[in-house]
Amino acid sequence: MTELEEPQRLPIADDKDVVRVRQAVRVIALAAKLPLVDQTKLVTAASELARNTLIHGGGGHALVGQVHNGRRAGVRAEFVDTGPGIADLDLAFTDGYTTGSGLGLGLSGSRRLVDEFEIVTAAGEGTRITVTKWAR
Amino acid sequence: MDRVPVLKIGEILLVSIQIDLDDQTALQLQEDLSDRIVETGAHGVVIDISALEIVDSFIGRMLSTIAAVSRVLDAETVVVGMRPAVAITLVELGLSLNGVRTALNVDKALEILAEAKQVRGVGVLTVRGSDDVPL
Ligand SMILES: Nc1ncnc2c1ncn2[C@@H]1O[C@H](COP(=O)(O)OP(=O)(O)O)[C@@H](O)[C@H]1O
Ligand SMILES: [Mg+2]
Repeated sequence: MTELEEPQRLPIADDKDVVRVRQAVRVIALAAKLPLVDQTKLVTAASELARNTLIHGGGGHALVGQVHNGRRAGVRAEFVDTGPGIADLDLAFTDGYTTGSGLGLGLSGSRRLVDEFEIVTAAGEGTRITVTKWAR
Repeated sequence: MDRVPVLKIGEILLVSIQIDLDDQTALQLQEDLSDRIVETGAHGVVIDISALEIVDSFIGRMLSTIAAVSRVLDAETVVVGMRPAVAITLVELGLSLNGVRTALNVDKALEILAEAKQVRGVGVLTVRGSDDVPL
């Protein structure tokens, strides 16, 4: 995987932090010259994943920054928590599945909105989700 | 805490969301609007989201809930000004905004609400003071 350049580390401990994460992602997406629709998709995915880190993961942090693949620029965001982890990934990625009171679209929907989606999780081990969107 | 203002224009409540909504503020708006509908007997609610750069599942659910609650309270809700990039993203996210009426702008929304009121046989809508409000 390509390296995250000059990553910013943002805490995710409350509602306002979720707003800060999506604002930071937008600034980087602008700098990487992502088209408007792709910016909007990435920021929306970041909002869903940051909320999951907060609500389901019990809080954690995000690492956001640019990546390059040759001359192609992209934006990457990682969401990290040390919460309960996800035991059944197939179930968690089912549209409409929720163990809380959400719509159950955060995981499945955000995966559709980005170019690359990687998840590392296990019951009791926390969750790390990395998403990338490339400039066209 | 941030609070989104709810304006009353004639028999319509107008909400223009100008900030990046955190979840708590979104829930507060949901509550404030229900209270104001009951208080004022408004028959219509217009929510202008043209300043919103994203609508995620939480804000989407807020819009659906406001629409459903207002209907139970005998008021129609119309959401206006969704940006094209937001609309495209919503579809891919899988959000259907069930039961939410949308219009391109506030004028169109007021037409829809006037018609809805006529259909219910209550009479013709007059929007008092609408000239004073920057829409
Ligand atoms: N970071 C996380 N830690 C633990 N469980 C998670 C995490 N993210 C998602 N999940 C689980 O996956 C389910 C689906 O997530 P999502 O699609 O975002 O829907 P929602 O957040 O509306 O429940 C959640 O209800 C939760 O059980
Ligand atoms: Mg979620």
